Amino acid sequence: MPPPSTSSPAVEADHLVKHFEDTVAVDDVTFSVPEGSVLGLLGPNGAGKTTTVRMMTTLSRPTSGTARVAGHDVLTEPDAVRRSMGLTGQSATVDELLTGRENLDLISALYGLDRSTARRVGDDLLERFSLAEASDRVVKTYSGGMRRRLDLAVSLVATPPVLFLDEPTTGLDPRSRVELWDVLRELVTDGTTLVLTTQYLEEADQLADNIVVIDHGRIIAEGTPLQLKDQSGAAAVVVTVSHADDLPRAQEVIRTVVPEFHVEEGARQISAPAGGLGHMTKIAAAFDGSGIELDDLGLKRPSLDDVFLRLTGHRAEEPSEPESEEALR
Amino acid sequence: MTTTPARLERPEIRRTTLLTQSLAITRRNLIHIKRMPEMLLDVTIQPVMFVLLFAFVFGGSIAISGGDPREYREWLMAGIMGQTIAFASFIVAVGLTADIDKGIVDRLRSLPIHPAAVLVGRSISSLLHSSIGIVIMSLTGLAIGWRIHDGIARAALAYLLLLAWGFAMIWVGILVGATMRSVEAVNGLMFATMFPVTFLANTFAPAENMPTLLRIFAEWNPISSLVLAVRELWGTPLPPAEHELALPLQHPVISTIVWTVVITGVMAPLALRAFKRRTDV
Repeated sequence: MPPPSTSSPAVEADHLVKHFEDTVAVDDVTFSVPEGSVLGLLGPNGAGKTTTVRMMTTLSRPTSGTARVAGHDVLTEPDAVRRSMGLTGQSATVDELLTGRENLDLISALYGLDRSTARRVGDDLLERFSLAEASDRVVKTYSGGMRRRLDLAVSLVATPPVLFLDEPTTGLDPRSRVELWDVLRELVTDGTTLVLTTQYLEEADQLADNIVVIDHGRIIAEGTPLQLKDQSGAAAVVVTVSHADDLPRAQEVIRTVVPEFHVEEGARQISAPAGGLGHMTKIAAAFDGSGIELDDLGLKRPSLDDVFLRLTGHRAEEPSEPESEEALR
Repeated sequence: MTTTPARLERPEIRRTTLLTQSLAITRRNLIHIKRMPEMLLDVTIQPVMFVLLFAFVFGGSIAISGGDPREYREWLMAGIMGQTIAFASFIVAVGLTADIDKGIVDRLRSLPIHPAAVLVGRSISSLLHSSIGIVIMSLTGLAIGWRIHDGIARAALAYLLLLAWGFAMIWVGILVGATMRSVEAVNGLMFATMFPVTFLANTFAPAENMPTLLRIFAEWNPISSLVLAVRELWGTPLPPAEHELALPLQHPVISTIVWTVVITGVMAPLALRAFKRRTDV
């Protein structure tokens, strides 16, 4: 396969539409992902994220529109698409009755890797995902985090230039989640393009270079995490004083820069509009030499959670156990 | 992420044939049997138990040409083998549903392999699975007096017919597996249909003695053709027919081949369509 030229995007969704009987699961989704970058598809359960990924990975045929992966069209060159990408599904789709090693060997054999290459690739992946010791154990005995890592390892057998991850950390404990993020960052450093779906705003914020927000099958916003946060209102300068007694004096100091601000006594915090960062340095200078001891002085942008709430009118993360979009259909 | 992308070394992806891919999947399915030998109960303990139950519990009361129990035992063997191989559909359906359910089928479909490899691999392992049952039953049969009377060539043809029948049944299994939403549903449906269908034939008792309507059903039941063909090819002593047999039973070997082709011809397109619909979501 010739390497895709650096100018063409690694992944393109081109007006993707998918209907299921009387429902519209995906409605005219278009985006492109530059090579070596991370795209986060963010949205609540049932938003159409999984269906979008299934269309981009040749598993599901679009009702209309198409997608290209590493320059190959999913409709006309599905085999070339499958050669260029790896997919880590929503539930860890590794075989429970096989050992970790046997899972990797099966996929290597299906890719047509010769035995010695398969052995080397398997050893590398098991080592890299800290599964070497468990490699001869049946997957049934693995923890949730280990299964996810194996699932990811299996997707990487052919070192695909593009990797699709459907809710890679759903159901993982916080520690395993952070570990998986580190692994994904390494992949990006090595030049892999990632498309990941998530309903965790923090995950999109941590990993994605660009975010596409989907709700009810439609794109409702897109941009870098920073752009999305900026869209959702101005940043604020937040000053936290060390001693509550200093609050009145601190207010006077700030009043010399900005007339309006907000005080939260309990948190010993004063928030003032950042005025496009201009106020930030002035406020810092004003406190310098004021003799008031500060715990913190910084810029606070609205979180992605705020962004999501403003865009959709509801929160992205629901406290209930995450269910797959499949199950909702 | 501003690090200069380091080009990763990619292992060479070689083109492989459908057969290679299917065998890799077959191997995986056989590892399942190795890890869970109880999966083989349906082709080991169960048919052997049937042989023993029918031969020694009912055998005395089911009259075959003068009621020699030894002849009934021999007569019974083809019937139980026919039933066991018909259950190949059951094995395929359960395995396929479980794989779809767990996302394994999606995982395999995302790889650059032939779309049919998943089904072919499943079919080969199911046929092997059922064949184990045929071997075990042949051995059980030998122990209780069953014999091959008409030479190896005809006996081999009998085994071939059983395998061909199993192949046709696999398509039924794929159709059921792709349609049903859970392994439990597959179990329920298959028990409710396969048991009566395999009993309403000349498998365990001669159709001769059944009420007219059932007898007609039994004689036209494709399994009856298979079982009678196998009996004839093995040279199993047959009771003299009292009625004129239904058309398929007058030429059981040819009927079995025709049935196999017809069932495959009808079921395969339906099964493939159901599988496509089920997975393309």
